[in-house]
Amino acid sequence: MYDIAIIGAGVTGAMIARKLSAYNLKICVLEKEEDVSMGASMANSGIVHAGFDAVSGTLKAKLNVKGSEMMPQIASELGVPYKNNGSLVVGKGSDDFQTIKELYERGIKNGVKNLQLITSREDLLRIEPNINDDFDCGLYAPTGAIVCPYTLTIQAIGNAMDNGTELKLGFEVKKISCDNGIYSIVSDKETVQAKYVINAAGLFADEIARMAGDDSFKITPRKGEYMLLDKECSSLVTTTVFAVPTKMGKGILVTPTTHGNIILGPTSVDIEDKDNKATTQEGFDIISKQAKERVKNVPFGKTITSFCGLRAVGDTGDFIINSNLPRFINVAAIESPGLSASPAIAEYVADMLADMGIKMTQKADYDPYRKPYNYFTKLTNEEKNELIAKDPDYGKIICRCETVTKGEIKDAMLRNPKPTSIDGIKRRTRASMGRCQGGFCYPHIIEIISEMLNIPYENVTKFGGESFINLGKIKEDV
Amino acid sequence: MKTTDLVIIGGGPAGMSAAVAAYESGVKDILILERDSSLGGILQQCIHNGFGLHKFSEELTGPEYAARYEARVKELKIPYKLNTMVLEINQNKEVTAINSEEGIFTIQAKAIILAMGCRERPKGALNISGTRPSGIFTAGTAQKFVNMMGYMPGKSVVILGSGDIGLIMARRMTLEGAKVKAVCELMPYSGGLERNIEQCLRDFDIPLKLSCTVAEIHGKDRLEGVTIANVDKNRCIIPETKEYIECDTLLLSCGLIPENELTKACGINIDRITNGADVDQNRETSVEGIFACGNVLHVHDLVDNVSEEAETAGKGAAEYILNRKNKSASIRVKTDGKVRYCVPQRITDIGDTTLFFRVSDIYKDVKIIVKDGEKEIFSRKKQKVAPGEMESIMLKGDILTEVDSGEITVGLEKLQ
Amino acid sequence: MTKELTCIICPKGCRIKVEYEGNNIISVTGNSCKRGYAYACDEAIDPKRTVTSTMRTVSGKLLPVKTDKPIQKKLIFECMKAINTSKADDDTKIGDIILSGVLGTDVNIVATGPVR
Repeated sequence: MYDIAIIGAGVTGAMIARKLSAYNLKICVLEKEEDVSMGASMANSGIVHAGFDAVSGTLKAKLNVKGSEMMPQIASELGVPYKNNGSLVVGKGSDDFQTIKELYERGIKNGVKNLQLITSREDLLRIEPNINDDFDCGLYAPTGAIVCPYTLTIQAIGNAMDNGTELKLGFEVKKISCDNGIYSIVSDKETVQAKYVINAAGLFADEIARMAGDDSFKITPRKGEYMLLDKECSSLVTTTVFAVPTKMGKGILVTPTTHGNIILGPTSVDIEDKDNKATTQEGFDIISKQAKERVKNVPFGKTITSFCGLRAVGDTGDFIINSNLPRFINVAAIESPGLSASPAIAEYVADMLADMGIKMTQKADYDPYRKPYNYFTKLTNEEKNELIAKDPDYGKIICRCETVTKGEIKDAMLRNPKPTSIDGIKRRTRASMGRCQGGFCYPHIIEIISEMLNIPYENVTKFGGESFINLGKIKEDV
Repeated sequence: MKTTDLVIIGGGPAGMSAAVAAYESGVKDILILERDSSLGGILQQCIHNGFGLHKFSEELTGPEYAARYEARVKELKIPYKLNTMVLEINQNKEVTAINSEEGIFTIQAKAIILAMGCRERPKGALNISGTRPSGIFTAGTAQKFVNMMGYMPGKSVVILGSGDIGLIMARRMTLEGAKVKAVCELMPYSGGLERNIEQCLRDFDIPLKLSCTVAEIHGKDRLEGVTIANVDKNRCIIPETKEYIECDTLLLSCGLIPENELTKACGINIDRITNGADVDQNRETSVEGIFACGNVLHVHDLVDNVSEEAETAGKGAAEYILNRKNKSASIRVKTDGKVRYCVPQRITDIGDTTLFFRVSDIYKDVKIIVKDGEKEIFSRKKQKVAPGEMESIMLKGDILTEVDSGEITVGLEKLQ
Repeated sequence: MTKELTCIICPKGCRIKVEYEGNNIISVTGNSCKRGYAYACDEAIDPKRTVTSTMRTVSGKLLPVKTDKPIQKKLIFECMKAINTSKADDDTKIGDIILSGVLGTDVNIVATGPVR
């Protein structure tokens, strides 16, 4: 029996788990996928928003500004790539400038620090030299930043696990019941019992709530397609470049990632099917059209991959963080700026739990720190050589494009939360994430997975389930 | 710091051939650095035949071709390090590499030959819409799974791109029991050799669909099918021609890209068309003493040509190390657009010089011409030229001596 | 009878026209070498192909192999079956004959590379 069960191992569930793991509580995180961070936390822009966009007075505004302020510290504790690169809204003409002024004022009201109105093209170019010719005004938010969203999620869960939290992967909740103040959460495999339930199930939060008897909200998937450009293009922009928001939303942004790529996106289309992560020709067209409008010479030919994320959009316009059932907290509709807000959401939920009367005493041995996954690249050559002498696998390059060694992959496979697929290893070590997209290293990564997990080579998957890479041995099975 | 006269990066056909040529030209202090666990490069997985007709006047398989050069490297006792990846080179010709035995180490070279080969264009670069299931591979990755690891990446296959590796894999997968349902080619002509279309596709009744592409990918975990469609003159999909093909595997054979990360990081000038270094007739790059050859310089269709080019680079590097000559000329080699690119891009020493080039489209009944300003200095008739086949012409030294504009242009003219 | 075909002997891919009656060649045009002539004659009357593949070794490793000369095209899949149902020794060297006179022909299966 657990004190708390958290349903969903996206960034929201992960940050809550980490926060709560500081207390003497028995916690379990339930995740239906084969790895953590498999939903919107994997496929988003990676922006830590300054906080000028959200409507003042909403949870979004409040938790965004607070979360962004907390992010550098948390990223540093967890060894997560984070960069305070600044955000820049670019506009042209008086209508745009009017909206930009409104954003500026809203930002100040929301408590965003150091916002700067930009009123000339020269000032705009000083910040971002590749902005297209006709742009002449903007809003610069020096507190805007970027973070690696899936590393944050993986490290937060890992840190929670270091501090005693349990993680159950492949746990798809099928039924929730409550007897004598104890919740039973049922999957096909097992039943977990807990006194408190935190519903951080992202796209499926409405269905989870309904299982428990709360039919108060609905989640709609909103498709967001992205294109990722080669690291070669990293000088295209240094800040996160936003369009002036319209009724249609924030538009396509152009931003560096913490790994030095450029990301373009997202589109914004409401859909029905929560499984529909297909990219579309229309999506490519919208992204390229809008990115080109604002930034000069976007090298679309250097696209290394494209992908689609589904944002969990609620029916209130705000985050839905409430409790309509005893000891059952919804943390739902955590769409943008959910990543930025996640550290503050975790605190907010901890406060709600405390208000509900749960006993929260600090763990004496709580350790907030985690070794980063990219520790090897940060070592000096002397330190690397010491490590290679101890474990020769650190001298064996597996991924040429991102220079990832066998030692790092093995290490990532031994650390919680443990990856079991190629994509799991990719998110942790960047192996196969570079420009050849695994063309050279897949055969070798599969070998390592097969060896470490002691499973046949042909049983290794790309991302769990039936996503096998090979379908059998030649000369035998075909 | 350890010093070596000549460091060769890559132990594939280009690297081995360059090493042998440099040795035979008098440089004995050579080191080949190879990232794989054996010499031979990509030839090891090219178990099909068709290699060596020019070089050895017989038809060899990839491993056999590689074995001949490997034997020669071993016979000459040219040192090589396997499982060693070069991390960085710089203009002072310091080479930093990593392996399990020595860790990270740096070697000071007098000359460097770049022979890192090329890689395949991955799916991401193609912007195919749809889901992201497993079962999508470049043809070369599938070739490695089948021929080197002994696994079958799929049983029911569609191939996008009719480059030679794609055609070869169509046959290979068929022989191992898979059903290859179609080969789709975006262009109105195949990028592969005619003989491969004959013996890899027609022999097995595999349809080659020209002006056709994969429009959409379907499937959640593993690929379940693709939508293919014809394209118009502007390579845009014609929606009413869409057709769904059930398959568990999509192989991509959509072009090769020279692997020039080290080259670019070193600040060596790159030709924007070839994606390889800009070189002179000795295959010397813009950085003195650094040479490039093989598929890292430009993508070849025959390994025999790779070996030959590597010999040129090997001899050039030896000459640089042993008796550096002053550059006697400076002729820039340009192309007219119909000729897409030409290697070498510069001539710095007058002598008989062979130019290798590719055309940008299929042209029939043409004349290959070389001009010095408006003056025609060379011409040769040609029945047919195609982008898939590299052409070469030899310019005599006495013709080059006469060049006075400092620039020659290689082009095509329609025969009247 | 006439047959038009693409020569597969070398990358040139000559278009060759063969005129023949039964097993007798009447004329061959379009070839640019002797090997092309021989290929065209065979292709018209009895097409042959070199088969390349891999064979498992006794210990389960892989060995690249080929037919040491072209085999009748209609025998390709039977030849594959013969290769797939045989095992090579683990100490096989490049050039070693592994199966001699496969399927009763004069064609041998030889190793083309090292065991991996």
